[in-house]
Amino acid sequence: METAFTPVLSFGGGLAIGLGAVLLMLGLGRIFGATGILSGAVFFENREELSWRLALMVGMILAPGLIFVTTGEMPAINVPISPAMIVVGGVIVGLGASLGSGCTSGHGVCGLSRLSVRSLVAVPTFMATAAITVFVIRHVLGG
Amino acid sequence: MKLLFALVTGIVFGTGIAISGMMDPAKVLNFFDLVGTWDSSLAFVMGGALVVTFVGYRLVWRRDAPLFGGRFQVPTGTEIDGKLVGGSALFGIGWGIAGFCPGAAIPALGTGRWEVALFLVAVVAGFGLRRLLAPIARNKVAP
Repeated sequence: METAFTPVLSFGGGLAIGLGAVLLMLGLGRIFGATGILSGAVFFENREELSWRLALMVGMILAPGLIFVTTGEMPAINVPISPAMIVVGGVIVGLGASLGSGCTSGHGVCGLSRLSVRSLVAVPTFMATAAITVFVIRHVLGG
Repeated sequence: MKLLFALVTGIVFGTGIAISGMMDPAKVLNFFDLVGTWDSSLAFVMGGALVVTFVGYRLVWRRDAPLFGGRFQVPTGTEIDGKLVGGSALFGIGWGIAGFCPGAAIPALGTGRWEVALFLVAVVAGFGLRRLLAPIARNKVAP
């Protein structure tokens, strides 16, 4: 399905994402990497490590509801894939992001702006394999 | 106070994710579908986020320590190894299959869509799989 080109909203949203990452560094001295935050909350080693991650995630989860209250509209989510593929994709995302020490937020937003050599390798790698995967699924297999 | 700060930071980040279109798999998958229904919006998300983090991080690091104590915990590794490249490659494949990444899916949970919950459970299973595969070498901080 086609989706609308939204450069202004996307750029504005990006500014807020960046601001969130900067705030977390300012307040807690941490990188805003969703993989580290989620896995650190699930497999926590002490209560101190758990509490700020939970607070952060509760804030993230509250965001769509606050947008709904403010604008009357929930952010759009269109899922053009089957539940089985969500599970397959999710397990691969979890395994890969954990092995590669980061995902779009940690390596992408935070790593690139720090000019981290590891992130400068990781980001083009996962962007390329994502594009290849979508190409194969949509244009080779015809999904 | 620290937890309230983390909560607000999560709201800022999650609002950015919601506004930007990152939590809509249809939009994410179209970003990667260069030869099909391409939607370049998400490049603007990364652009906006990087502008803020690139400048903001450097301003924050002029301080001696974060607002709520401790120290700035920034990954310093520069090693490009198979785990980084292979893990990132896998992450991209999963992202290309599911259309969600962890940083987008956590706020998306707030829309109440079951597909998001299913994805996140699968991601955590992927984290667990990684820990089963390599229970010793899991002390690296995700960037």
